[in-house]
Amino acid sequence: MLIGLLGFQGAIEEHEMILASLGADSIRVKKASELIALDGLLFPGGESTTMLKMLEFSNLLDPLQSVLSHGLPVMATCAGLILLAKKTTSPIQKSLGQLDITVKRNGYGPQYFSFCEEVSIESFEKTFRAVFIRAPIILSTGPSVQVMARDHHGHPVFVRSGRQFGLTFHPELTQDDRIHRFFLNQIKKNSRRELCQDIQNGIT
Amino acid sequence: MNNDLIVTNRGLAQMLKGGVIMDVTNAEQALIAEKAGAVAVMALERVPADIRAAGGVARMCDPLKVKEIQAAVTIPVMAKCRIGHIMEARILEALKVDYIDESEVLTPADEENHVDKSQFKVPFVCGCRNLGEALRRIAEGASMIRTKGEAGTGNVVEAVRHMRKVQSEIRKVASMAEEELFTEAKNLQVPYTLLLEVRQLKRLPVVNFAAGGVATPADAALMMLLGADGVFVGSGIFKSTDPAVRAKAIVESVSHWDDPSILATVSEGIGEAMKGLDIHLIAETDRLASRGQ
Repeated sequence: MLIGLLGFQGAIEEHEMILASLGADSIRVKKASELIALDGLLFPGGESTTMLKMLEFSNLLDPLQSVLSHGLPVMATCAGLILLAKKTTSPIQKSLGQLDITVKRNGYGPQYFSFCEEVSIESFEKTFRAVFIRAPIILSTGPSVQVMARDHHGHPVFVRSGRQFGLTFHPELTQDDRIHRFFLNQIKKNSRRELCQDIQNGIT
Repeated sequence: MNNDLIVTNRGLAQMLKGGVIMDVTNAEQALIAEKAGAVAVMALERVPADIRAAGGVARMCDPLKVKEIQAAVTIPVMAKCRIGHIMEARILEALKVDYIDESEVLTPADEENHVDKSQFKVPFVCGCRNLGEALRRIAEGASMIRTKGEAGTGNVVEAVRHMRKVQSEIRKVASMAEEELFTEAKNLQVPYTLLLEVRQLKRLPVVNFAAGGVATPADAALMMLLGADGVFVGSGIFKSTDPAVRAKAIVESVSHWDDPSILATVSEGIGEAMKGLDIHLIAETDRLASRGQ
């Protein structure tokens, strides 16, 4: 299985190490030609404004939108989720407009208010120690979006819509690989071999 | 520091990896930095080149300036306190800056002790010239490390020296037998447990950026090649002839540091770099890097 990690900036290595430990290969995606033959995409945490600039500088917004619209599975964490969201606030920022949620950037405030907490995730047997760093807050979710976990305020922190998974916290900063495992299993379950050709046609 | 705080504070630095942190002295510059793709800005009264030129005592910047910059951008805002100046650090914490740089660029307030950074909720970044300095700062609670380089010179030679030194010392420790670490810890004047961690990880336990003298996209890419996780640019941007263009070029060069053809493109026609200083013409007493060992 080959996962493409958006490779411009952020906590990339951390995801790579977990994926490798689970037997999945990964490559860093910085140009459109690197979107071919992927089984899934992963958007890491980092600075969403910086990643967005790099996507624009590298003309990667349209190719990404294309593969995501064609159903390539994606997991997006923190800043990555801001890129994947349909709408962002404070302030409004361009995005890929995929996952039907409205995200408030830096929702909990500056670094001083970053925190960790146990969250219960649907279908997970035990709670997950979630690390929130200058995290966004999901203000609202569209009808297609399923909330898989919430923080102590009741804000959604883990959502899914079909093959798209979004988290406001950082599973790559813990020793717990259950969320990555879950994502890889979902890809396997919805084997998308039949989609490969469509996706590649989408890019080229 | 409890474990959660270590994870979130070191974690923020992990989110900055592959990025450029830029020195800014007002909201206008902060917006230029953000627009160019900076991952964070460092709020300062003056950039290091001007601190060097002005002489006198360099201190924490006016809180009003920090607030102005915080209001202008959404990326993290860092600010500098003097080495050992616990109260400047407390003031910056009260201002809720995202990172405090306990920096040799400002005039040290304490020539014996650094701030006990483990007593703060806000994370700290500190400069180093070698593995010993890096691990002493981490032992004091620093959540991120950067090379000192020689700030305000536009000359990357000291940053290169410091990054090479840290990396080669890490390689040495990584190849040592476990029982040799006790003596090495004594030699480096660092806690044994941290040295053990370096040996296992084959890297520092926190993110390590390059800083001090980066002036061109090629300088930034060179620091990445030498093992930096990201780059601080101080005077290099706003002392050049076209800051917005140079800022964007340096951001792209850090992301694409291993692709010389992209580096060639982004280095094209970006105006003149800051003039810069020959290190050998700076008196030993005027060098900032020797402050705070």
